Amino acid sequence: MTKLIKLKRGLDIPIIGKAKETNGGVFVSKQIALIPDHYHGITPKVVVKEGDEVKIGSPVFYNKAIETMNFVSPVSGKIIAVNRGERRKVLSIIIENDEKYNPAKTEITSTEKLSAEEIKSLLLKNGYWPFIKQRPYDVIANPLQNPKSIFISTFDSAPLAPNYDFVVGQDIKNFQAGIDVLSKLTSGKVNLGLKNGNTVFAGTKNAEVTFFEGPHPAGNVGVQINHVDPVNKGEVVWTVNAQDVVAIGKLFTTGTPDFKKTVALTGPEVTDPQYITTVPGTNVTELLAGKVTKGAHLRYICGNVLSGLQVNEGDFIEPYSPQISVIKEGDDVHELFGWGMPRFNKFSVSNTYFTGILKFFGKKDFDYDARLMGGKRAIIMSGEYDKVFPMDVLPEFLIKAMIAGNIDKMEVLGAYEVAPEDFALCEFVCTSKLPIQSITRQALDNLRKEVE
Amino acid sequence: MNALRKFVDKIKPNFEEGGKFEKLRSVFDGFETFLFVPNTTSKQGTHIHDAIDSKRTMIVVVIALIPALLFGMFNTGYQHYLALGQDVTLWDQFWFGFLAVLPILVVSYVVGLGIEFIVAQIKGHEIQEGFLVTGFLIPLIVPVDTPLWMIAVATAFAVIFAKEVFGGTGMNIFNVALITRAFLFFAYPTYMSGDTVWVRTGTTFGLGGGNVVDSYTGATVLGQISTSPTAQAHLTGITGNQIGFWDGFIGLIPGSIGETSVIAILIGAAILLITRVASWKTMLSVFAGGAIMALIFNLFGPDTAKAQFPWYNHLVFGGFAFGAVFMATDPVTSARTETGKWIYGFLIGAMAIIIRVLNPGYAEGMMLAILLMNIFAPLIDYYVVDANIKRRLKRAVNSNK
Repeated sequence: MTKLIKLKRGLDIPIIGKAKETNGGVFVSKQIALIPDHYHGITPKVVVKEGDEVKIGSPVFYNKAIETMNFVSPVSGKIIAVNRGERRKVLSIIIENDEKYNPAKTEITSTEKLSAEEIKSLLLKNGYWPFIKQRPYDVIANPLQNPKSIFISTFDSAPLAPNYDFVVGQDIKNFQAGIDVLSKLTSGKVNLGLKNGNTVFAGTKNAEVTFFEGPHPAGNVGVQINHVDPVNKGEVVWTVNAQDVVAIGKLFTTGTPDFKKTVALTGPEVTDPQYITTVPGTNVTELLAGKVTKGAHLRYICGNVLSGLQVNEGDFIEPYSPQISVIKEGDDVHELFGWGMPRFNKFSVSNTYFTGILKFFGKKDFDYDARLMGGKRAIIMSGEYDKVFPMDVLPEFLIKAMIAGNIDKMEVLGAYEVAPEDFALCEFVCTSKLPIQSITRQALDNLRKEVE
Repeated sequence: MNALRKFVDKIKPNFEEGGKFEKLRSVFDGFETFLFVPNTTSKQGTHIHDAIDSKRTMIVVVIALIPALLFGMFNTGYQHYLALGQDVTLWDQFWFGFLAVLPILVVSYVVGLGIEFIVAQIKGHEIQEGFLVTGFLIPLIVPVDTPLWMIAVATAFAVIFAKEVFGGTGMNIFNVALITRAFLFFAYPTYMSGDTVWVRTGTTFGLGGGNVVDSYTGATVLGQISTSPTAQAHLTGITGNQIGFWDGFIGLIPGSIGETSVIAILIGAAILLITRVASWKTMLSVFAGGAIMALIFNLFGPDTAKAQFPWYNHLVFGGFAFGAVFMATDPVTSARTETGKWIYGFLIGAMAIIIRVLNPGYAEGMMLAILLMNIFAPLIDYYVVDANIKRRLKRAVNSNK
């Protein structure tokens, strides 16, 4: 029997620039960068030097804490730079793409007889392990642990998020292969979160299907975990993005590494929002050249507008982002008497603006930019966060415990269950403009250091 | 607008660190953000933000208070000319009240905002908007004949000791406006608890001279029931005319400036609830708590005028409605959990009636009830949060079986 979980709390932000379901082809830039900071919580040890030749799947650096965990090149070519910053911190490794796409050897033959340990070591060696993340702490999973279950959300409910029915649905065979592989890594179940009514993923075998209905963040894997199999102290759950499940499946069915992925180009400032195939580490500016509005000061975001990573001109695609969003920066805007003007083009969940009425009459294109729209204050309003946080967790009190650095309170209030992205909507609606996601990130890192 | 922006940009360097007027940085920043929405962009986390900010929120509350203020001004003049037995136009009544109330508003803002500006500069943070509401509330909850110096002293006391020492807006334990009122109440009891402060019988800036009529009495309704010798109090207006529930609802009766008209307060309540700035749970449960407690006294209480005062009258006379709508719903000092709000509001309503009925010293119990529950709000939240923690721990035990 499949379960349906209806979520009431949450918010779908109306913003234009959703990607059309067409693929604009493949684009991979001439230079590819691997940036260790994109993989939160690891310490890199670089194994290549300038001038080395690499293939797809050749190790570039590994994690000092778990030395079998390789981070590999997504293209074939030559290392042209290892950039280091203060105290020799590795900032980026630049690879010149020779556009031949020669894969490295993987030693994968048949999948059926592989044990969990063999699968783990193949994923680690070939650079696929970073796809697997864990709760608590929302970091790359520790391969030495045994998760009580693995969670995969098959839909992304974030603003303008890619449609996985389109992206993954074309390759459902490899998705199933990925699920089969992952199911060997846990003593529990592989849990799939589906959008209510979805048929593309409903037939998946070797996995427990749960349907979800409701506004964002219903598609967040953290929310799904909280409702299906919550993480308690001492327990570990692994999570994998749906598209990365396909990549894992493909590795085992074909035996060759391939890191191409489909990302959605979205946002009000993208002239022709659609999907495009690329590899992580591609230059964002080159990828978007000619595809964004001219003239305005723009903000490029790897990921969605709520929890994505800001990238500057010339930066590179972050490996976890399923989409790229472009909005106006807005730092040249000066609105007179913003506290008193009607501001019909602004979106607000509170009724201190006319959003509710305008939305009722079908208005969708509210004007967004990267401004905070106010000054930072102490938390004043109550109940704001609860309305957009569909978990059995009291967000305001957890956030306060995080700000105070109170480890005991964080533990009992649910810090093991949350990731920064789960607080993205809280941050969006916050009257006091608190940077809640970065508070959460720091608090989780702190918690991890204290507990582990 | 462009010219204004250019001017602001031109003088801005003077106020930044190392500039000529560095000491006025917070003040400049306050005025700049008052004129223009700050254009700081997000550096981390969410890239887009809801358009609401604390300025917008506070302004909505101020707008919600305007009906009560305007009615209060009118009523001040109305009561004055009623006491004098003079027949003047509506406009004259309003003008008298306007002149009587405006100085209180000005004193409250100048003293409070002055302290806010100084503290913001010392601490090096932005000027917080909380006092915009507090400064507007203070004139509405004091009797019209309160001397301005008392208001100045009480406001200063409240802003410094009830707010700034705790860390400013958002950190205070007590409602700042109510601390102002409580300070007046306890520091100048002989002055504040008599029957003479509620109606201005003297002149305002030389306006409205005359002698009060013979039948004049300045007692408020709650004052009357607390001194009534019989169980069935005979409620009168200031000229001895009989009054009842609807007079309390409309509000042409003596009382603190903004508290008398339930109609004006309900308009404000509608604004607060439609914009979702205030919690309907708190508001509703204060009225429910008051009504139920008063009904209990009506049915089982002693045979005194206070206990037998009909429950529906309790809700419209005195500061009950004003406190329920504007004071109990202050998010900072109220309970912050959704369950907690029900409990918090209910106890305020019940406690206000208990103080009114059983306490011989104070005719009005709303102020003390809210301040008392301000203390208990964190405790209520503690138990609501604790219930969540226990449920989660139980879940862990179950899953480990």
